[in-house]
Amino acid sequence: MTLVLERRHVEAIHRHGEADYPREACGLIGGTAEDGRKIGVTLVPVPNARADAPHHRYLIDPDAFRRAQETLDRDGFEVIGVYHSHPDHPPVPSAFDREHAWPWLSYVIVEIRAGRAGEHKSWVLADDRRTFAEETIWQSRS
Amino acid sequence: MAVTILIPAPLRPYVAGRGAVQLEATNVGELLDRLTAEHGALKPHLFADDGRLRSFVNVYVNDRDIRQLSLRDTPVQPGDTVSIIPSIAGGTVVAEALPKLSHEEILRYSRHLILPDVGTEGQRKLKAARVLLVGAGGLGSPAALYLAAAGVGTLGLVDFDVVDKTNLQRQILHGTSKVGTSKLESAKERIHDINPNVRVRTFETRLTSGNALDIIRDFDVVADGTDNFPTRYLVNDACVLLGKPNVYGSIFRFEGQASVFYAEEGPCYRCLYAEPPPPGLVPSCAEGGVLGVLPGIIGSIQALETIKLILGRGDSLIGRLLLFDALKLQFRELQLAKDPDCPVCGAHPTVTTLIDYEAFCGIGAEPAYAGPEVSAQQLKVEWERNPQLVVVDVREPHEYEIGRIEGAKLIPLGELPNRLNELDGHAEIVTHCHHGVRSMKALEILKAAGFAKVRSLQGGIDAWSVEVDPEVPRY
Repeated sequence: MTLVLERRHVEAIHRHGEADYPREACGLIGGTAEDGRKIGVTLVPVPNARADAPHHRYLIDPDAFRRAQETLDRDGFEVIGVYHSHPDHPPVPSAFDREHAWPWLSYVIVEIRAGRAGEHKSWVLADDRRTFAEETIWQSRS
Repeated sequence: MAVTILIPAPLRPYVAGRGAVQLEATNVGELLDRLTAEHGALKPHLFADDGRLRSFVNVYVNDRDIRQLSLRDTPVQPGDTVSIIPSIAGGTVVAEALPKLSHEEILRYSRHLILPDVGTEGQRKLKAARVLLVGAGGLGSPAALYLAAAGVGTLGLVDFDVVDKTNLQRQILHGTSKVGTSKLESAKERIHDINPNVRVRTFETRLTSGNALDIIRDFDVVADGTDNFPTRYLVNDACVLLGKPNVYGSIFRFEGQASVFYAEEGPCYRCLYAEPPPPGLVPSCAEGGVLGVLPGIIGSIQALETIKLILGRGDSLIGRLLLFDALKLQFRELQLAKDPDCPVCGAHPTVTTLIDYEAFCGIGAEPAYAGPEVSAQQLKVEWERNPQLVVVDVREPHEYEIGRIEGAKLIPLGELPNRLNELDGHAEIVTHCHHGVRSMKALEILKAAGFAKVRSLQGGIDAWSVEVDPEVPRY
């Protein structure tokens, strides 16, 4: 699959990661799926529910997920992905990310090094749950 | 009429793209069993290998979480809506694939590998670990030696000092042949001799508000072996801001303290000591002395706690302050609580970035008293010319035992205010101590009492030994 994001989405993900540094920032990506592509339409930033270890863990609790899903549903969209930041770590899923991952969703990770956003990548869990495959992000111009 | 199961977008590919599935069942357990029986590929995403619902899978009957109801036994009725709601969790690369051990390492660490609580996995965790030692002195010495020997993969060292002869009594990382050379070079050579597998990263600098975050960021655990308050608060705050555990140790004379300050799981140093003591109140080891074995014990405890944190085994010193008294040979323990109003790690922190720690600790706020000084050579000349000149030694009696300037009068600084009557107000007076700091305080006392012709010996008895009389031993 390919994930289509607008430039403003990518920038917003970077800014959110920088703003919450050195804590992990997280949020949901709402949009539609068609013809093997997921198209991002809107971002739903979510407060990191891991108050105990926000520097290297993030959690979007089910209530936050439900609220976001209901809002998106009204506009005919659904949750197609998740974004989160890796403070001072490369944008590669950790073993913890993989153990807790949902299939099909796009996991966009942005590296925040010393407070500044760096590289971002998107990942999708394999069916056997053993690996993450990198997914192409197609960035539209607007 | 059946029960409707709402399927979230990520699971729809496993149920032929449908957003809802209708099934009949009497409780949640039965419903999910039927769902995964019909759609087998769904099972690994909902259930772990042991058959339990995965922690990030939430099931709601109508609007209520089954974890607040009767879990699998929660009854369902026709017409109910059961929703599968994801919680989304993750985090940075904390438990990435661990490095493998070479045959040489397997042999070297065999006594660890046969310990059930370490084993191959624990040893690989040690190899993957990055520990920063702030200070390669008394506490940093045993910590560095044991952590290197234990196989910690990366050891970072921050120090800017040169090995001095007075260090050798306790800083066992450094040998006599290294006096005059950089502590970091000396430490690196010794660590590589113990264990060439260790990668040593050296930072030959003073840790400051400007560089602390950049240095600490790349390490997993920090062991604080500093001997001064500004650096201690700096290390604490930087560790809180970066979410790193700070393995703390401190020593004075015959007493030591150790704890693990890890704000994510317990209190930090500021929860224990919100404010630093006034400058000058707590003497440093250089002023107060320290028994050489003491940092060996406290620094080894720091190494131990560091290893436990890396292994994730045992009961950490988080939330506990260990007090050690070497003369009584007694360990005591204080329970520490997290301060909800802590300015760094509390609910509403006011310190969210590194500050000026010298100013915070009151250093440099008030300029130290600076009175007139006289050099050792000049004093010798003047004293020969004027035998009436009085030299007052303000050191402690046990220092006087080590060595003295012939003809000087001993009045320890603490007794000086009550013994002013022993001094002639019209005489020329020169005060002296070990290095010239306490004698300046004495000068302040004498000036305030009306003595006019007073000066302090620059560099103290140490300078006298170097410049005038080598018969006086240096210490």
